[in-house]
Amino acid sequence: MDARNFEYMFYGFLAAWLVVLLYVLTLVRRSARLNRELNDVKQLISAQESGRQGLQEHVR
Amino acid sequence: MRERVTIGLAAAAILLLAYSLYQIFLVLPDEAMQGAIYRIIFFHVPAAIAGMIGYFVALVLSILYLSSKQLKFDSLAASVVEVSLVFSIVNLITGSIWARIIWGIWWTWDYRLTSALVCVLIFCGYLMLRQAITEPTQRARLSAALTIFGCVDVVIVYKSIEWFRTQHPGPVLSIRTGGGHIDPAMERILYLNFVAICLLAAALILVRSRQETTAREIDSLRRMANAM
Repeated sequence: MDARNFEYMFYGFLAAWLVVLLYVLTLVRRSARLNRELNDVKQLISAQESGRQGLQEHVR
Repeated sequence: MRERVTIGLAAAAILLLAYSLYQIFLVLPDEAMQGAIYRIIFFHVPAAIAGMIGYFVALVLSILYLSSKQLKFDSLAASVVEVSLVFSIVNLITGSIWARIIWGIWWTWDYRLTSALVCVLIFCGYLMLRQAITEPTQRARLSAALTIFGCVDVVIVYKSIEWFRTQHPGPVLSIRTGGGHIDPAMERILYLNFVAICLLAAALILVRSRQETTAREIDSLRRMANAM
């Protein structure tokens, strides 16, 4: 391969893949955050439901 | 099922990219004038085309949202825009590095470059707008309007190298010129890399749209929790 401008070609390829890689990492982090939030909300709802059932039994 | 499709698309993209990298570095001949740097074309052009196609897919999805008011179209449009933006940024960065060697400058306010930068800024604005508005239907309506506006600029980006002959070279692909501007062997690998990038983009869009679905689920569960 012709070695002229090889350095800049390398930077070009590196930059292209770095941008894609950074985006993939952002997606992975966002997925983890969303799954955590989903579990938190589900736990909150089940806690509210069990609290309500306890209150109804107490009233009876 | 969706996970299997995503993994399949990503695996196909990786295999095709590996094959095209082998062809780019070890099989294809050198370009007489530019040296090694011309190989940037195999990512610069496919990334640009993938980005532009993505914006038009988002346009169709936005129109579908406006006509049906179904939020799934808006979520999918947002996913497509975000992934397209990544490839548009790859296009701008690789183009700038290529320009440094071929034109001796990192940047010039040429019609193609400027319209491509404006396109990236418009769709960055789209993502910022989505962060700023919490009400889903208002967010979807304004996002759809901005996508339609942004796609006018995408047309200008595409046609600018025919309308204005300035610094950026004119079309080279044979589907636009009828042939004779690029070696057929190089063009074949360029299309192959384009297919690989499209497969990668499709896999990323599937992952991103699943996140949008999860975000909608969280939103509706929160509303339910508040109502209880």
